[in-house]
Amino acid sequence: MAVYIVRRLIAAIFLLLIVTAACFVIFFLVPRLGGATPEDLASRYVGKTADVETIHNIAVRLGFTEPVYVQYGRFLRGLVLGADYPTGPTTTHCPAPCFGYSYLTQQPVLPEILDRLPVTMSLAAGAAVIWVVAGVSTGVVSALRRGSVFDRTAMSVSLAGVSLPIFFTGLLTLSVFSYTLGITAPGGSYTPIEENPLLWAYDLLLPWITLAFLYAAGYARLTRAGMLDTMGEDFIRTARAKGLPERTVVVRHGLRSALTPILTIFGLDLGLLLGGAILTESTFSLPGIGKYSVDAITNNDLPKVLGVVLVGSLFIIIANLVVDVLYAVVDPRVRLS
Amino acid sequence: MAEDVLAGAPESGPAPRPSGSGRPFLDVRDLRVHFPTDDGVVKAVDGLSFSVERGKRLGIVGESGSGKSVTSLSIMGLHKRGSARISGEIWLGDDELVAADPERVRRLRGETMAMIFQDPLSAMHPYYTVGDQIMEAYRLHNDVSRRAARKRAVELLDRVGIPRADARVDDYPHHFSGGMRQRAMIAMALSCNPQLLIADEPTTALDVTVQAQILDLIVDLQAEFHTAVVIITHDLGVVAELADDILVMYAGRAAESGPAVDVFTEPRHPYTWGLLGSVPRWDRERSERLLPISGSPPSLINVPPGCAFHPRCPYADRNGDRSRTERPELVEVGPRHLAACHMGLEERATLFHDEIRPKL
Ligand SMILES: Nc1ncnc2c1ncn2[C@@H]1O[C@H](COP(=O)(O)OP(=O)(O)O)[C@@H](O)[C@H]1O
Ligand code: SF4
Ligand SMILES: [Mg+2]
Repeated sequence: MAVYIVRRLIAAIFLLLIVTAACFVIFFLVPRLGGATPEDLASRYVGKTADVETIHNIAVRLGFTEPVYVQYGRFLRGLVLGADYPTGPTTTHCPAPCFGYSYLTQQPVLPEILDRLPVTMSLAAGAAVIWVVAGVSTGVVSALRRGSVFDRTAMSVSLAGVSLPIFFTGLLTLSVFSYTLGITAPGGSYTPIEENPLLWAYDLLLPWITLAFLYAAGYARLTRAGMLDTMGEDFIRTARAKGLPERTVVVRHGLRSALTPILTIFGLDLGLLLGGAILTESTFSLPGIGKYSVDAITNNDLPKVLGVVLVGSLFIIIANLVVDVLYAVVDPRVRLS
Repeated sequence: MAEDVLAGAPESGPAPRPSGSGRPFLDVRDLRVHFPTDDGVVKAVDGLSFSVERGKRLGIVGESGSGKSVTSLSIMGLHKRGSARISGEIWLGDDELVAADPERVRRLRGETMAMIFQDPLSAMHPYYTVGDQIMEAYRLHNDVSRRAARKRAVELLDRVGIPRADARVDDYPHHFSGGMRQRAMIAMALSCNPQLLIADEPTTALDVTVQAQILDLIVDLQAEFHTAVVIITHDLGVVAELADDILVMYAGRAAESGPAVDVFTEPRHPYTWGLLGSVPRWDRERSERLLPISGSPPSLINVPPGCAFHPRCPYADRNGDRSRTERPELVEVGPRHLAACHMGLEERATLFHDEIRPKL
């Protein structure tokens, strides 16, 4: 088991390196290969007001004129040791881990992202609780009563759930529950949980439900399919042959197996969401990482975009690692390989 | 939840048990198990009767698809209530199982009757240790502590021949070899000292070398615990030596039944002859073998009229039209020995002695 975890950990670090390389290629190398001069690259960092001379100086100071591998080395160095960015006459230090420096806001990117993390985390965690509970229980009941009215209704609703985009369901619920009925927050506000937990939940309720609906629909379908498979397994027949009550057969023997693949998907979904629930945050104007990245893209603020991509990748890699380890805890056969 | 998922639907009310009758411990009477499907009704078992006393072993033999597993699952009450129509009577001690409350049958499962299955790997839960799975069965029916149950699991594993049982009790099924898994399944089945043990092709998925060991183990334990045993197989050779009685099934019905010696040495049904001809023999090449039964088992949705075996039987023409039109009844051909065939008894005896046996 320890060997397994160490191996997964090494794989995760490796993956992280690959992700940084990919980011580097996309943000620095591809534009260069596409014919962008070092000055073109530099101009994106300073805005359009600077004159040619300044831009050239900045291109040199940012290292865009150097060979690619040197640039990648500097990029990695910044992640590990921090970096210094030329800001006019002085330089600004971006402490490690430096995910970049935004010339537009004149701030290192990472603290800005970390500021927004609680919003995204609150959104993702609350929604996750709802969608796992709702999705899995719906899926189980559907599988056990296959073909029943409940099953058919649940599957139709979930088909709608996986097909309807967030901004549609989001705007619909906003218009009904917030604007017509006035029972939920109108969006655009976020209260930190440590300030007022009730208000926190009130502000997030509608985004939670909207986001959870999308995922719960998928999880219900997955759980149903998994349960139908599992309940036909030989070991279920063995469990019944022991004389176990049906409830025990379903939960301890059936659900336990059916949940394993769902665990994997859950980890990845959560990791992905922590990097920013772009559509939900935009629809409900929540100041999270997703909204931050949309703003960054709109303002053509490249360092921010790169920072968000790196943070998002980090979450996914961590989620992957956690899932791998949990998988081995759940399924003893995994520990062998 | 148990009520709507498990156990056979009763089609007739519970029949009162004739008092003081010398009814055998397991007594199956005119069992019918039909599955309505989109293509028609599958008559998997269609009028089957047999019985087993405690301390005795019955071997049920037949090609795959003849209804052996369906029969055993009916006894265990493991058919889904919605999908199977079950009629007839299954007496287990003083309980009639077909009409019984599913909850009652559930309580008998694992305690009074237990079952081991063909593929011991898929039959064990991959996420729980072998010990946990044995303990689960034991603790369900016995009010004991975890520690006591664990001790019992180790004893059982030791008894079924698992070396270093006290360590292996914490292993997962995938750590065990095929033969050891089946031993562990046997330990699980025997954990509550069942009075009836059903083994459905217990060695089919195993290496030839361990098959005999597993069968020996079942026989040993059966003698020790005075259990009634039903061993199901498609290999007549397997049960010939270890069963007291043999029931040969074809298309959901009995073709022949009787004491093992008689069925094996003086079979009176052409299908049994065919099965004998398919028993592997060390001293003959496969090509030399006499009677590999031609054709394949019939559809159980459209069972051939008359004798279900007639499309494959080399002697179907000897009886005028009867083999094709009239279903042969099971009639006595010797002491406790029954067979269902239209051919004259003398004719069958002569045929077997003059033409079949010399080539076996
Ligand atoms: N639940 C079911 N629904 C429909 N048909 C079934 C069902 N279970 C078994 N059968 C059919 O019943 C027949 C007998 O099966 P089975 O008892 O498993 O044969 P075997 O003698 O090989 O154990 C087969 O044709 C099988 O397809
Ligand atoms: S009744 Fe006819 S078809 Fe059936 S086994 Fe006897 S001879 Fe063959
Ligand atoms: Mg079978």
